[in-house]
Amino acid sequence: MKLRLNGEDREIPTVATLADLLAHLKLAPGRLACEVNGAVVRRADYAAAALREGDQIEIVQMIGGG
Amino acid sequence: MNDRPLVIAGRTLASRLIVGTGKYKTMELMEAALRASGADMVTVAIRRVNLNDRPADEFWRHLPKDMVILPNTAGCYNAADAVRVSRLAREALDTPLIKLEVLGDPKTLLPDAAGLVEATKILVAEGFQVLAYTNDDPILAKRLEDLGVAAVMPLAAPIGSGRGIQNPIHIQFIREAVTSVPVIVDAGVGTASDAAVAMELGVDGVLMNTAIAEAQDPVRMAEAMRLGVDAGRRAFLAGRMPRREYAQASSPVTGTVSIARPQ
Repeated sequence: MKLRLNGEDREIPTVATLADLLAHLKLAPGRLACEVNGAVVRRADYAAAALREGDQIEIVQMIGGG
Repeated sequence: MNDRPLVIAGRTLASRLIVGTGKYKTMELMEAALRASGADMVTVAIRRVNLNDRPADEFWRHLPKDMVILPNTAGCYNAADAVRVSRLAREALDTPLIKLEVLGDPKTLLPDAAGLVEATKILVAEGFQVLAYTNDDPILAKRLEDLGVAAVMPLAAPIGSGRGIQNPIHIQFIREAVTSVPVIVDAGVGTASDAAVAMELGVDGVLMNTAIAEAQDPVRMAEAMRLGVDAGRRAFLAGRMPRREYAQASSPVTGTVSIARPQ
């Protein structure tokens, strides 16, 4: 399926939910935050967050900054 | 020292110095500098995970775990983006704290007052504890306090400029105007004396990043900043002597041996 991930169009094996996507990307959910189509998804809701073709996903974390 | 501690949004901080975590050459250097600063609150930025590379957990590993993490909205140029990043930060770090930056232009990185007020209203309504990075404008500072921010953070000088306090009288006016929440001088400090000057004006704390990270020896500068903030605080509490136009002798002027008087 095609998703827009962190601003890049990517073709990935079909995943049903945000939890599946993070597993596919080998990202542990701790200390991350995710948006689907501009709305933050709470960590507890990852497994229930269904993904569709063309969804825009943002996955962020903290880094050094002032 | 007999002093009340700095309390921000109900959190009691042992240090009046808050430090950033950006621009360090290595993570080891950052960790050592954070330790040397004595700070117990540190700022971080929120950015996209690099999906083409293994996400670096290195930053997290070098962040002292006893420090309060204050995420920022650095890089946001309008209220909507700042609100969006704040929501992501809250989810990523499980904290209501946000250092709110709404910037006006990339050259000066000065705050956009209108955007700052707009974002503050939204975030306070959503339960965020907003530490507002603001212009050195006493009227705006008071407005932010009235809107319910957790701290008002006027700049000393533009971010990363290291120029020290450019408008001390406005910092003093802000200190007088804002009475219910801490005033933290944020950005523009270059060296330890700048931090001391800020504290001598009576502000509650100082926040800095570049002054430490870009020093030749960041660990030593972190220590200097800790001492500078402490010295400035002590001087403020002590109450400085009045400024005079001319000299006033420190030694008694009577009882001198027979010496020539000035004409």
